[in-house]
Amino acid sequence: MRVGVITFPGSLDERDAQRAVKLAGGTPVALWHGAHDLEGVEAIILPGGFSYGDYLRAGSIASHAPIMAEVIDAAHKGMPVLGICNGFQMLAEARLVPGAHGRNDCGTFVRRDQKLIVENNNTAWTKDFAQGEEIIIPLKNADGRFVADADTIKRIEDNGQVTFRYVGVNPNGSLDDIAGVSNKAGNVVGLMPHPEHAVEPGFGPDTAAAMRSGLDGLKFFTSVIQSTLLSKA
Amino acid sequence: MPTIVVEVMPKAEILDPQGKAVAGALTRLGHNQFSGVRIGKRFELTVDGPVTAETLAAAKTIAEDILSNSVIEDVVSISEAK
Repeated sequence: MRVGVITFPGSLDERDAQRAVKLAGGTPVALWHGAHDLEGVEAIILPGGFSYGDYLRAGSIASHAPIMAEVIDAAHKGMPVLGICNGFQMLAEARLVPGAHGRNDCGTFVRRDQKLIVENNNTAWTKDFAQGEEIIIPLKNADGRFVADADTIKRIEDNGQVTFRYVGVNPNGSLDDIAGVSNKAGNVVGLMPHPEHAVEPGFGPDTAAAMRSGLDGLKFFTSVIQSTLLSKA
Repeated sequence: MPTIVVEVMPKAEILDPQGKAVAGALTRLGHNQFSGVRIGKRFELTVDGPVTAETLAAAKTIAEDILSNSVIEDVVSISEAK
């Protein structure tokens, strides 16, 4: 399965996302923000980083990049799209997922191995998790505070669009401890923490078993491969 | 050059950590007469030719669609610079 990872000016984690796709058994395809071409991929990842230096608002300028016209069209037609950190901010700015992002309430950049609960395992990117499963993946952001008005919060809670919630520590002041959300159909998911940094022994978060052995991010990528295979069957 | 000024502020109910940090610094420096600070953005759009109803309407469109995000911000003014 071909999974596209789009590089924007200022993207940082596209190579990690490509490697995560490969480790999950997929074929990563490097896509370029300036092209109007998805090169036949079956799923898309918007990676983390600081596109356009987070100028204007985090993710806002990238959300108007040429390739985003094709991404938005494909997302509306059901293609799985995952936005990680800056990619989540792009999805929100493009109105593909609800809400917006503000500066962390603590006022500083935060980097930590973050515990999350999987609140909805019925999305293209979470099918391999158990409902209510707790996972630990790295988080690193300055503008991670999820914000939405009260009506939107109620609607996404009622619809099961809150995909992940922070557990133990709310690192950035996100409303309702929301770490990740999906669109109503569940094919588009955005989250602030980074699953692509927890996919390979020796490079993930520490676990009780061993240092840097956490692989909880891998299921995001196996999930999308599984769900795409199932949709073809 | 003729210029249109667009001002954007974080919504009143949205936490503004930047403003809060500045307010904290002012208090530490002894400027106790200011009880709060909120930080917004000012955009200066340079226009080729005179500012017209059309250019102001175009400025309003981009102010709402691109320069601000209505989930977290309000466009508080759009006017020709004097």
